[in-house]
Amino acid sequence: MPLLDLLSGSLLLCGAFFFFAGTIGLLRFPDVYTRLHALAKADNLGLGCILAGLALQADSMALALKLLAIWPLALIASAAVGYTIARRADRLGIVPWEKPKP
Amino acid sequence: MTGLELPIALFLLVNLAAALWRAARGPTPADRMLAALLFGSTGAGILALLAFAGGGPALVDVALTLALLAAITGIAFAQRSWQRHGAHEGGDDNAAP
Repeated sequence: MPLLDLLSGSLLLCGAFFFFAGTIGLLRFPDVYTRLHALAKADNLGLGCILAGLALQADSMALALKLLAIWPLALIASAAVGYTIARRADRLGIVPWEKPKP
Repeated sequence: MTGLELPIALFLLVNLAAALWRAARGPTPADRMLAALLFGSTGAGILALLAFAGGGPALVDVALTLALLAAITGIAFAQRSWQRHGAHEGGDDNAAP
């Protein structure tokens, strides 16, 4: 089915783009709080796009559902990990980055 | 199979290699841990892609396990491992000393 292939391919490319954005954010953002954003948001959106694109190609319903089950797991995990790391960083006295005054 | 799986898996691998720079640079232990967590989520994506590029459906189970382990690792790091002596004053790694 060419339409399904087209949809799947564009979802895969979309996911690759969001993963790329997350890596750029991890490399370029100035402190640990902002880097958490790159990891917890952009990367999980990329993972969701890739998993949805692959689920469209799956042979069986069970495989498609298993692929789509990875995504809520990753979302819950990143929400918990992001909150926990940010709270610990705050407790340890790491000051959030502010734009330098000109 | 659209033929895109393997190129995108390679592209994600290049992303992981670039994220190693952040793991090496730090400056706080949390930044190194973020690179490890990136290996968890991107690795799950790569494994799912490889499952459709000829690796077989078992790799999807491996991806599920990897995503689960990355979550446990992150929580254990923040709750147990990251203590005061490892902390870095100030979050900005470009700040003057």
